[in-house]
Amino acid sequence: MEPLMAVIIPTLPELIKFEWVAQAAFYFIIGVTLAGAVSAVFLRRIIHNILGLIVALFGVAGLFIYLNSEFLALMQILIYVGAICISIVFAIMLSDPMYKEDPRRRLTKVFASVLVSLLILAGFLSMITKTPFEAAAQRSDDWTVTTVGNLLLTRYALVFELISFVLVVAIIGAIVIAGQGRKQRSLK
Amino acid sequence: MSPISDPGFLLTILTQAVEREPGFWNWAFHWFSQEIVVAVIGLLLIIAFVTINAIGLIYAELKIAGHIQRRPATMEVGWHGFLQPVMDAAKLLVKEAMTPTAVNRPLFLAAPVIVFLPVLISFIVLPFSEKLIVRDLNLGLLLIFAFSALNVIGILIAGWASNNKYSLLGALRSVSQNIAYEIPILLSAMSVVVMANSLKMSELVAAQDKIWFFIIQPLAAIIFFVATTAETNRLPFDIPEAEGELVAGFHSEYSGMRFALFFLAEYSNMFIVSAVFVTLFLGGWHGPILPGLIWFLLKVYILVFIVIVARWTFPRLRFDQLMTLAWKVLIPLSLANLLVTALVIKLVR
Repeated sequence: MEPLMAVIIPTLPELIKFEWVAQAAFYFIIGVTLAGAVSAVFLRRIIHNILGLIVALFGVAGLFIYLNSEFLALMQILIYVGAICISIVFAIMLSDPMYKEDPRRRLTKVFASVLVSLLILAGFLSMITKTPFEAAAQRSDDWTVTTVGNLLLTRYALVFELISFVLVVAIIGAIVIAGQGRKQRSLK
Repeated sequence: MSPISDPGFLLTILTQAVEREPGFWNWAFHWFSQEIVVAVIGLLLIIAFVTINAIGLIYAELKIAGHIQRRPATMEVGWHGFLQPVMDAAKLLVKEAMTPTAVNRPLFLAAPVIVFLPVLISFIVLPFSEKLIVRDLNLGLLLIFAFSALNVIGILIAGWASNNKYSLLGALRSVSQNIAYEIPILLSAMSVVVMANSLKMSELVAAQDKIWFFIIQPLAAIIFFVATTAETNRLPFDIPEAEGELVAGFHSEYSGMRFALFFLAEYSNMFIVSAVFVTLFLGGWHGPILPGLIWFLLKVYILVFIVIVARWTFPRLRFDQLMTLAWKVLIPLSLANLLVTALVIKLVR
């Protein structure tokens, strides 16, 4: 009688293929992202929502790594988790203490948010269906600063400038809001 | 007797498998390919090093503090109290890990782990010597900066989940301090990156083959040192846990091993920021005669020594002084430094 292991071990390469491992990693990342996103939307406590958002953003960073874009992944963590989420948490902490009751859901708010997200979903879906997904001719794993810098200032110069424009608008907005608050306080 | 319970069974099967199927070795080699072996060994080494480093630093801190205050410090356990930190660690391990009733339980339990994670990740790219580096990523420096954000989130969660006003205040202070001091760190590191033209740790060190960046960029080095001391919540900047006013800040409610994890993270962070400083400004593993690893550790521990001495010599800054220092002194200075560096490089080349 041939033992079971003697059959299994030589056939392991056929049993576990690298594509499958990659697929498993992909679905794991997708799962983490979706779980984070769902808890960011449906949980009642705002601090849990923001933690869900952080998990989702880490999932997206994982997707970038899966797609061989280390730079984007690290920037995703540095900017979205490190700067944006922390400022949101900071703002939240300055608001409601933990022992207060969870706020109730307002029906109008729910409807409005569902409407907006459906519209955005429709937009994205139409974009996804229109885009022909072709495999790239070659995959680059050249993520040195020189390459990234060259690309930012040549091929993606316009996008780069647009983003800085958005940032300028945000800064002006922040100054206006903070300045008005100060003025009102000093008038009182 | 069934074949499974035979101890030599697996071995015979393996040899049979190899004889019958040469493809098996190919597969096994791929599966345990170099990368995975390096990753596993690297992780084990990191965990061992983190523990030993923390124990050594706690002893150093006890002794330095003692001698600065003209007392012998710990003397009882082992030679000159050498085993005291080991005993402390053992005590913390067996101590009951209390969970106060009013806390938000899942987050309270998760916080120490979240604080400790970036430590493990940062060690991956630290260049201990020319060859002793777990992964020499192209964006190594960026990896450390990106994951240091996780540390803040952990502190925030700890402070919030503890449901204690001192903890929450400590966490809030920690965040505003971190937001303020992350900018000068990034800017001063940038001026070195501009000179070395790379974010890869090995290339950053290699760029200092002839002359250390500390000599060319003294201002950036000082800014980086001050700001990283603030980031690790060490004493002139330990507002988040100022024991005089906040009990212990964000880890007031923690005890046992969970408290130890916070401590382990703090001492490891001290090592990490000093190691990054050595990589950026003090030529990493470069040095005459002695092997690279010894030079690297020597430089790092001299820096750590300075940080510890600073803790016991300087008084704590007030919170507004802390913010003024970051926003009105360090950030403008580092911006100007970056500008001048870029200009000079363009003019020289």
